[in-house]
Amino acid sequence: MGIKISLEKCIGCSLCVRACALNAITVADKKAAIDTAKCNLCAACVEACKKYQAITITKETSSKINVNDYANVAVFIEQHGGKVAGVSFEMLGEGRKLADQLGEKLVAVLLGSGMAEAAGDLVKYGADKVVYFDSPELAMFRDDTYAALMCEFVDSDKPAILLAGATAVGRSFIPKVAARVWGGLTADCTKLDIDTERRLLLGTRPAFGGNLMATIIAPHHRPQIATVRHKVMKAAARDDGRIGDIVVKKVDASKIAERTKILDFVREVESTVNITEADIIVSGGRGMGKAENFELIRGLAEALGGAVGASRAAVDAGWIPYSHQVGQTGKTVCPKLYIACGISGSVQHMAGMQSSDYIIAINKDPAADIFQIANLGLVGDALQVLPELTRAFKERG
Amino acid sequence: MNIVVCIKQVPGTTQVKINPETGTLIRDGVEAVVNPFDEYAIEEAIRIKEKIGGNVLVITMGPPQADAALRSAIAMGADEGYLVSDRAFAGSDTWATSYTLSGAIKTLGQVDLIICGKQAIDGDTAQVGPGVAEMLGLPFVAWVRKVEGITDASIKVERLMEEGYDVVEMPLPGLITVVKEINEPRMASLKGKMRAKSAEIKKIDASTMEVDPDRIGLKGSPTQVFRSFVPERKGGGEKITGETAELAQKAASVIQNLGVVK
Repeated sequence: MGIKISLEKCIGCSLCVRACALNAITVADKKAAIDTAKCNLCAACVEACKKYQAITITKETSSKINVNDYANVAVFIEQHGGKVAGVSFEMLGEGRKLADQLGEKLVAVLLGSGMAEAAGDLVKYGADKVVYFDSPELAMFRDDTYAALMCEFVDSDKPAILLAGATAVGRSFIPKVAARVWGGLTADCTKLDIDTERRLLLGTRPAFGGNLMATIIAPHHRPQIATVRHKVMKAAARDDGRIGDIVVKKVDASKIAERTKILDFVREVESTVNITEADIIVSGGRGMGKAENFELIRGLAEALGGAVGASRAAVDAGWIPYSHQVGQTGKTVCPKLYIACGISGSVQHMAGMQSSDYIIAINKDPAADIFQIANLGLVGDALQVLPELTRAFKERG
Repeated sequence: MNIVVCIKQVPGTTQVKINPETGTLIRDGVEAVVNPFDEYAIEEAIRIKEKIGGNVLVITMGPPQADAALRSAIAMGADEGYLVSDRAFAGSDTWATSYTLSGAIKTLGQVDLIICGKQAIDGDTAQVGPGVAEMLGLPFVAWVRKVEGITDASIKVERLMEEGYDVVEMPLPGLITVVKEINEPRMASLKGKMRAKSAEIKKIDASTMEVDPDRIGLKGSPTQVFRSFVPERKGGGEKITGETAELAQKAASVIQNLGVVK
């Protein structure tokens, strides 16, 4: 086990006990002790004990690869219906930054069909090299095929870092790639950085529903893989002057055993704006009272060009489909503007939206928890404020 | 049909709050519960069993006290519980956990379907389900919101995507992860609770399965926590009261100034 407490340095101050989320530390006779069966080596106690440095975590590894054989930052380019997803431009923007910090290349990996022009454009968005797997079999996301080709790319190109959007697709097949190549995968990062001295990717991600942040590293394994949350990173800007290499790879689909079969895709969102991609979300909760009142939410969303969200209470009441639910058991969103209407702000709801850039809350109850994280709180009845607000934008528009 | 459900014991997260003065997690009164997403997995397994017959085996990897999570699942209606526990597994990240669980599942004999919750609410990674599928060489569908049909040979499901859902068919054996929308988990019956109390929980450790000792626990884990910290709270901003028109006007001007409306 890799965690130790130095009995000489420990003064029994209990700071580590308070920092431990797993209740794994106890103090007896002025010395801390760790229950290693409960400990998950999260290092929160090491941070808490910075002053005394009594707790150390030793790193052991069985990895035998030479990490120096791996270089460059690769980005998985997600596409739907032949159109590159917004999150992929964010990955290109962030990937470019990381590659520049390392002095390495940015490689875009596109799996699709008939997308030669889009593949070429990826260079203009920052890629030094584009690897384009082109086959009709790749037009739609397919678990086995995507994982197999990404593994093939990892084996041949040996990227040091691989990034993908933390989307339904990315979080579905990237863990399979990591499982196969014994790579270090950090899910749903909200911040990426480079430890330039050790040339390591630092992936920071929320855990415990956003109540704890953890920065994860994979020192001895490659690639270092991260899925990254939408809307957190800045999208790459287009520069038509950029040049780069485009490698088109033919795919022999007969060599890949695709076991899952997609029979149909049913579009289900009310508006055309997907809540995880939206810049503005207007969200309604229990305080909206009844299904018809959700029209007020839709009205403002439409006037602002935003998407419609909902709390669990509103979804459970059957006012709006589950695909609109924001929160721990729904979707995690970080738009530029989140307007919470008649939402009291349960821990679970806030876990799904608290990283929004700007939050406006409208609630009758001045003591509602949502006001604790709102940049602007309006104490009032959402049913009355919403029509007024909508009118203001309709008039301007 | 033999259905395996992978579950995890987690702190009941609604109670995980931050002490605003010390900035640390408040754990008082935090009890360990079955990860809520895993309850949907258990429920779905029981429903499939009720429909076409079979056995529901629940498995968890964790410290000895994770035994309680298995008993909760048995109380709901699962048939058998397996606890994968060994000091050698300590420090496992999602990779090593997937590897260890897949090794343990191999000891269970014929398995037709594995169901996992989409993610655990403490780590929120959603990586162990697909990891186990890959390591067992099984086909995999994530984010399942409905099982449309199931036979001994295949399963047809709806997979929740950002803008709707895919209808996916997968041969069995295979693995699915499920989302909240799939069902409403049942409460344990009194009879179930009685049965759970006396049920035998079978132990699986490193010596009772075939695993490469280099790939388990801390040594087998590619990722390490470099640092963990409590995020800065935004803290409430301006809070205003007033007439409806005033409130709307204030909000409108703030929104306008943000420059987000095109």
